[in-house]
Amino acid sequence: MKVPIQVTVNGKTHAHEVEPRVLLVHYLRDVLNLTGTHIGCETSLCGACTVMLDGQAVKSCTVLAAQANGAHITTIEGFAVNGRLHPVQEGFWERHGLQCGYCTPGMIVASAQLLERNPDPTEAEIRMAIEGNLCRCTGYQHIVEAVQYAARRMKGAAAAD
Amino acid sequence: MATKYVGNRVKRTEDPRLIQGLGHYVDDIKLPDTLHVAFVRSIYGHARITGVDASAAAKAPGVVAVYTGKDIGKIGGVPCASDLPEMKKPEFLVLASNKALFVGHAIAAVVATDRYLAKDAADMIQVDYEELPAVTEEVKAAAGAPYVHEQFGTNIAYKLTAGEGDIAAAFRSSDKVIKQRILNQRLAPIAMEPRGVLARYYPGEQELTLWSSTQIPHLMRTQVALMLGMPENRLRVITPEVGGGFGSKLNVYAEEALLGWISMQLGQPVKWIESRRENFQSTIHGRAQLGDLEIGIRKDGTVTGLRYNVFADMGAYYQLLTPAIPTLTGLMLSGSYKIPAIQINVTAVFTNKMSTDAYRGAGRPEATYVVERAMDLVAAELGMDPVEVRRKNFPAPNEFPFKTATGLFYDSGDYVLALEKALKNADYKKLGEEQKKARAAGRLVGIGVSTYVEICALGPSAALPAGGWESATVRIEPTGTVTVLTGASPHGQGQETSFAQIAGDELGVSIEAVTVIHGDTSIVQYGIGTFGSRATAVGGTAVFVALQRLKEKASKLAAHLMGVDPATVKFADGRFTSGAKSMAIQEVALHAHLAKSLPEGMEPGLSATYFFEPKNFTFPFGTHICIAEVDKDTGEITLQRYIAVDDCGRVINPLLVDGQVQGGIVQALGQAFYEHVVYDENGQLLTGTLMDYALPRATNCPWMELDRTETPSPVNPLGVKGVGEAGTIGATPCLVNAVIDALAPLGVRHLDMPLKPETLWRIISGNSARSA
Ligand code: FES
Ligand code: FES
Repeated sequence: MKVPIQVTVNGKTHAHEVEPRVLLVHYLRDVLNLTGTHIGCETSLCGACTVMLDGQAVKSCTVLAAQANGAHITTIEGFAVNGRLHPVQEGFWERHGLQCGYCTPGMIVASAQLLERNPDPTEAEIRMAIEGNLCRCTGYQHIVEAVQYAARRMKGAAAAD
Repeated sequence: MATKYVGNRVKRTEDPRLIQGLGHYVDDIKLPDTLHVAFVRSIYGHARITGVDASAAAKAPGVVAVYTGKDIGKIGGVPCASDLPEMKKPEFLVLASNKALFVGHAIAAVVATDRYLAKDAADMIQVDYEELPAVTEEVKAAAGAPYVHEQFGTNIAYKLTAGEGDIAAAFRSSDKVIKQRILNQRLAPIAMEPRGVLARYYPGEQELTLWSSTQIPHLMRTQVALMLGMPENRLRVITPEVGGGFGSKLNVYAEEALLGWISMQLGQPVKWIESRRENFQSTIHGRAQLGDLEIGIRKDGTVTGLRYNVFADMGAYYQLLTPAIPTLTGLMLSGSYKIPAIQINVTAVFTNKMSTDAYRGAGRPEATYVVERAMDLVAAELGMDPVEVRRKNFPAPNEFPFKTATGLFYDSGDYVLALEKALKNADYKKLGEEQKKARAAGRLVGIGVSTYVEICALGPSAALPAGGWESATVRIEPTGTVTVLTGASPHGQGQETSFAQIAGDELGVSIEAVTVIHGDTSIVQYGIGTFGSRATAVGGTAVFVALQRLKEKASKLAAHLMGVDPATVKFADGRFTSGAKSMAIQEVALHAHLAKSLPEGMEPGLSATYFFEPKNFTFPFGTHICIAEVDKDTGEITLQRYIAVDDCGRVINPLLVDGQVQGGIVQALGQAFYEHVVYDENGQLLTGTLMDYALPRATNCPWMELDRTETPSPVNPLGVKGVGEAGTIGATPCLVNAVIDALAPLGVRHLDMPLKPETLWRIISGNSARSA
């Protein structure tokens, strides 16, 4: 038996009937065709699937689509606004924070959440914030630099406001 | 000509799509009416399959077909490209029918209309097993029954002896021969994107297209065409975005052929995306060598000879390069040292496990680990500084090209230079003093050093099973944009950027005007692929030479169009100039396409193709130094500093080189401290999820202080050596040496990886119990 859900993803509202067992990540990827959110495991340990759900970074492989009923979700596709990259995206580009790019969407979401909560994180705080996201390519150092770059950018932007 | 791009930290051109989630990995490609495949895999390490009942599954909702080992008769076995004398060759069928030889061995494939339904139905398939005794330890495996492959009457896949110099005489003339058993534990590559295949067969055109997450699209096309018995030119392999490989996708797997075959049976697209659990079970593993090292020394620290008797665990079957990996270990056993006599004796054995194959470094990290541990054992034995032992055994810079007793010619190198730089960056003297103080205060602080060399730019074709060259086509389109087609198939290394840098500088155009295309066998001329730190050194060179040829032609045409003597034409900043006359290369390209006025005998169009065959490998090198402290109460390791000086020849893009080195060091950290694929005595895989197999996370990693020396390689005109594996090769022994040095006051001279806190804690607490 399917259940009706309504979710707002990247500002757009969608209504669908889904099987209760369908994972949010599959709903996003297979139903909404938002394939920027990746899947790297079945055990909630890699973070490739991280999205923003009602302001919280969550692993969308551990949420059922049905549980997300009524939620506001931002996926990586929603991070750039009117073609302008989010400062964290900019940081990843500037500081070579990605190689294969597979972990990147999840990393960017987790990092953005950190900077919302802590605009001036230390290196250790950045590492802690992305501890739930695995990257097999970069060795994390350029990711740390990317987040530091974004933090500076965001502070600069805030000062300018 | 002024270079604008090469040598600079140019941001990657591939990033905008990837940071916005707009890239396409295999699972992101959607075709209408795609069916989904799920596999039933053996839950036993070794079992006879006495029955497969798929009747319930066949009737399950959404199920379109079920295939078992009985149905796939005509598909050829999984290919192995290496062949060694008297090697046993088991046939590895794409689905097991009589026996399952490892956990994860595919037994049946279910095809259904959606991935959930395919998995539901796979669970309904009843497999009857008769469990058989499993072969899991390499030494026991070599000794006798039970056998993985009964028909061979042995578990020994092959034996091989290599090396030069009289090892027995070398040991006789030594003051001492040090012996040590050393384990390079089994590892899982764990690319963050698991494998995946999408297959589409058009019955009318008789054309099969495979989208696969692979490092070697062309080799895969050849091999899968052979497996399926179809014309190679009707098979197209496309590698979309690939989410990491590290060797695990330098292979041709059962699923790739099987998916193609299923699509041909059903006339519909079929997709299979590997789960992480499947990835642990049935994607290749790496390392898995257990060896006895003997090293002959003189009192002054000179190494006289090195022998390594090693058991190499092949797993149950061969994948593409499985048997070849230990031969690379043999080649690298001289490390960065002058060792007059070297011998490796390999005993390769079958076990009831997944195949081992090329994992980042592929046989070379194993050797480097052994050699660099050996240097520290020598230092400990003689009470010498590990740096002095290394210095003592380096070849001098004027001895290059340097011939090793393993039969290699090291192209160029200045090992002392890299060592000195690292010592300076680390402030080695001060480190020693600090260590003394820390030890006096009862703390366990160690300094690790490794001075590695590696073989890169694989390689001369004579030394590789299936061609070691690489190809490139460059062309200038009628509207002036530049297209580069490379046979290398990068998957994160950033060659879309670095090759565009080369083209941008050579043609005097902006990199935005350059598009680098790879990974589509119908668009790109045959190529070998990306592995063995070869893409830039071999593939980049092909691009470079093709660009020179293109410019030669354009220059002749420009002379003709300007009506000047070709000898007077100069090219700079994108323009051909002769006296007061000048033409942009894009204009010349348009004329080449319009072909209204060409010199006598010139072909229309402006494109050039070059296949580059390297004359030798390249031999990057470097020195890594780190400082580790072991917590006395918990056995936990803290890395206080990590200093690396790497020499990978000429650098095209320092940003990308740093990324490669950092990623490599952290993979080494994984092997040194965390990772280990463990099978129990029944062949059951105990580390089958990311919960049980520990990968380095951001909080485990040190800040890496990187630096470089730059010794251009004489082997290619770019002077590039390659860097993809340097970190992994250089760092593993450096990390382990530091921890062992930290425990040296407790009498520790060697420990096997991974250096888990528990192991260290037991040693520390055992020791303090004794001394209390
Ligand atoms: S897919 Fe790995 S945590 Fe969600
Ligand atoms: S960039 Fe490849 S996994 Fe992070």
